[in-house]
Amino acid sequence: MAPAFSTEGEARLKKLLGRYPDRRAALIPVLHLASREFGFLSREVMEYVAGRLGLPEAYVLTTATFYTMLPKRPLGRFHVQVCVNVACHLRGADGIVEHLERRLGIGPGEMTEDRTFSLEGVQCLAACGTAPAMQVNDDYYEDLTLAKVDEILDALRSSAGGAA
Amino acid sequence: MSLPPTVANAAPGRGHLLRLAPGESVVTLDRHLALGGFSAVRKALVMGPQAVADEVRRANLRGRGGAGFPAGVKWGFLPKDSPKPRYLVINADEGEPGTFKDRYFLERDPFPMLEGMIVSAYAIGAKTAYLYVRGEFVKPIAMLERAVEQLHRGGYLGKSVLGSSFGLDIHVHPGAGAYVCGEESALLESLEGKPGRPRNKPPFPAVVGLFGCPTIINNVETMACVRLIADVGAERFVAMGLPKDGGPKIYGLSGHVKRPGLYEAPMGTPLRKLVYDFGGGTIDDRPIKGIIPGGSSTPVLGSEHLDVAMDFDSVKAAGSMLGTGAVTVFTEGTCAVRLLTRLAAFYAHESCGQCTPCRDGTGWMERVVSAIEEGRGRPGDCDLLLSIANQIMGNTICALGDAAAMPVIAFVERYRAEFEEHVARGGCPFEGGHGHGHGHGHEGGNP
Ligand SMILES: Cc1cc2nc3c(=O)[nH]c(=O)nc-3n(C[C@H](O)[C@H](O)[C@H](O)COP(=O)(O)O)c2cc1C
Repeated sequence: MAPAFSTEGEARLKKLLGRYPDRRAALIPVLHLASREFGFLSREVMEYVAGRLGLPEAYVLTTATFYTMLPKRPLGRFHVQVCVNVACHLRGADGIVEHLERRLGIGPGEMTEDRTFSLEGVQCLAACGTAPAMQVNDDYYEDLTLAKVDEILDALRSSAGGAA
Repeated sequence: MSLPPTVANAAPGRGHLLRLAPGESVVTLDRHLALGGFSAVRKALVMGPQAVADEVRRANLRGRGGAGFPAGVKWGFLPKDSPKPRYLVINADEGEPGTFKDRYFLERDPFPMLEGMIVSAYAIGAKTAYLYVRGEFVKPIAMLERAVEQLHRGGYLGKSVLGSSFGLDIHVHPGAGAYVCGEESALLESLEGKPGRPRNKPPFPAVVGLFGCPTIINNVETMACVRLIADVGAERFVAMGLPKDGGPKIYGLSGHVKRPGLYEAPMGTPLRKLVYDFGGGTIDDRPIKGIIPGGSSTPVLGSEHLDVAMDFDSVKAAGSMLGTGAVTVFTEGTCAVRLLTRLAAFYAHESCGQCTPCRDGTGWMERVVSAIEEGRGRPGDCDLLLSIANQIMGNTICALGDAAAMPVIAFVERYRAEFEEHVARGGCPFEGGHGHGHGHGHEGGNP
């Protein structure tokens, strides 16, 4: 099925376009919107965005591929991004990563078979005063301990409605 | 479940910038008004744009984004006679590892920053302002959009700000996870919908900036300071800091301190006071091994620097930089090589790839540092690292290259014996270090 924005998505698109004197400037916010609506930026989605903004496909591709936060592959329902930078490293991030790997049975850059979780080691999340920290979808989790990670994973799993 | 950042005030009572104590919730518009909100905008509208700009110049406010450039001087670079619109762009990319101060405003107390944006836009003659927020801050971005809408409805933004002839729109713009976009010209490229590749300068953004128009780019905390200046005047602002480096500063403490968090104190507060009085000293009172004073790119200092005053000039005189005032402390028992692997990996990942010395050099440094940590180091690697770093320094379009090179130079110089020991014993001497690999010579010979 060809991608198409939802009604809400259309309203958001209109709002975004009103913010800039040049519609190219709306591209990154619109790509965020598209990854939210369609899960990730497949080639087809990028073509759709190019069409909607009246921009060359190459322009959209060039921008989309530059930014790590714009997903070019499917992610788990819960995308776990754990900080491995300095402040978190000093407060035990390595142990958190190992624990996540063990609990989820996947390594960084991978997704569980049931597509519930994907894992990524990321750079500084600006949570250094509350390190170690991770981000799951839109939410930050800070001052992590192994026990806290377990609680978070359990809560996420039960909110997904399945025992995995 | 997301926790608020730890916030504490140096002085009893509310700080000038940090108004919230740890448990307190987000400041709403009503609450901001009850705390005297928009007094700065009202005062500015009476003073007139030129007088506001003069006040900011007299306040000796140095930009809080890292470089410490005087805000008033930067504003003065705008061309006087250009027919083009002017833009104000606020840098809320908060990407420098160790730094978590702007998040306080973005997540919990946005109105002082937004008020500072109104005052600044008025002073420089901008009718449109963009707030470029790092993309990871999804929820703060949604909250900021609502805050801006509230200001529109309340008559603080729009065609007529508080009934005056001055009109302003503010738009919140999300980034997408690239550290380099914190560099001001890369930020403009990104805001225009392009990859975040820094521009050659000159022309500087004040002359040719966003959409080719004169543009002022300032940091979030700088905006909160502008609000304070418009509210209390330049003299009082200067008195809150140093004569040539005015105002209060938000310092961040992270790493091996007992009480990490944000602390507001006068610009020029000694490092010792930050680490021991505010931070409560080190975990288990272990001796300090290193202090990164202002974000990951600033050269590491040692305990002999504890009496250095934390202002732009003093930290520079001590051989490092105040940067963002984000202090990361680590104690004895920490492997310096392993710590540097994190920094080297970061810069290698974040290089935009535009300039060869940075693109190739950051990856090369990462491989050499990792090889040393993993026991594959070779004699001469320390000099190799210094040589790569020195060939990056000053040879790139933007300062990301320098930012990547400086910590490598500082770590190798300060902890050279430890690097050599890794090489000599073929592994990491620290317990828990991963120093078992042997054999494979690393890829350090060629970029
Ligand atoms: C690689 C790099 C990353 C930067 N990241 C940030 C950032 O995240 N936030 C910020 O305010 N300034 C950052 N800066 C500094 C900006 O280029 C610019 O100096 C600053 O936003 C100007 O604001 P100020 O004068 O108010 O400090 C960065 C600079 C470089 C070279």
